[in-house]
Amino acid sequence: MIALSDYLIFGAILFTVSMAGIFLNRKNVIVLLMSIELLLLAVNTNLVAFSYFLNDVTGQIFVFFILTVAAAEAAIGLAIIVLVFRNRKSINVDDLGSMKG
Amino acid sequence: MTFEQFIFYLLAGISVFSGLMVISVKNPVKAALWLVLTFIATAGVWLTAQAEFLGLVLILVYVGAVMVLFLFVVMMLDINLAQLKEGFTRYLPLGVLAAVAIFALMYLVLGPERFGSEQFAAPQLAGGEYSNTKSIAVPLYTTHVYAFILAAVLLLVGIVAAITLTLRRRPPKDVLYQDIDKQVKVQASDRFKMVKMDAVKEKDIPVKEED
Repeated sequence: MIALSDYLIFGAILFTVSMAGIFLNRKNVIVLLMSIELLLLAVNTNLVAFSYFLNDVTGQIFVFFILTVAAAEAAIGLAIIVLVFRNRKSINVDDLGSMKG
Repeated sequence: MTFEQFIFYLLAGISVFSGLMVISVKNPVKAALWLVLTFIATAGVWLTAQAEFLGLVLILVYVGAVMVLFLFVVMMLDINLAQLKEGFTRYLPLGVLAAVAIFALMYLVLGPERFGSEQFAAPQLAGGEYSNTKSIAVPLYTTHVYAFILAAVLLLVGIVAAITLTLRRRPPKDVLYQDIDKQVKVQASDRFKMVKMDAVKEKDIPVKEED
């Protein structure tokens, strides 16, 4: 049988991979957004696994809401990226530091 | 290794590998396609945990809607691919170090000695008439109904925000706009004017001779 720790470690690996993606991709905001989607997916995997092993469907309802929030976040994030590209002709993360003191 | 474990490790391996490809490929279109594969494999992992509804919703909503949105935006922007990976090797040691450190911490907490098969026995398989969708739907529409409505409002806010952010009035020399206010308020006298004129006989109109 698949143990609960297998699911949790799979979620942890996915989480660290996408966190490394946020560290590595300092040039492309779109890949940063994709990494954030992956982070949410890893967390959702934990919730699904606990929901399965504790026989409690509330975890899956929580995943449902997280998916909703992630979809809204992706739409607004992509709209902001389009705006940034329209104004600056670039989505380089290093070019976006104009609010740094 | 049972068949279930084989399926789980296969899907988890595909998912982790394609996740690594997402963060390491140069072309953002390819990254989006690898992310699609990650979502599909993870949906399979969720299916092994008997979350059938969420697994299918993940494919429908993420692969069908969100990733298509990503691809649209990637193709709308004219990105210089050469610049995109400049800092990759520079930040590679720091990123790998942070990832390994955080994974080690997570493994200490989530490892098999705390959450293994002895501590959490696998639950009984549900019978044939069990419906995962129904078991989600009943608490979703009763206990969590306010959160459900709030999620709907959140999506509405997302729509309004995305439209207002990207909407722009282009200058009138590029695009002609209708002014609905003006069109509704217009009177017949603004458009059509009767002019009283005396009848005039023109004398100097040259008559064209036929050849």
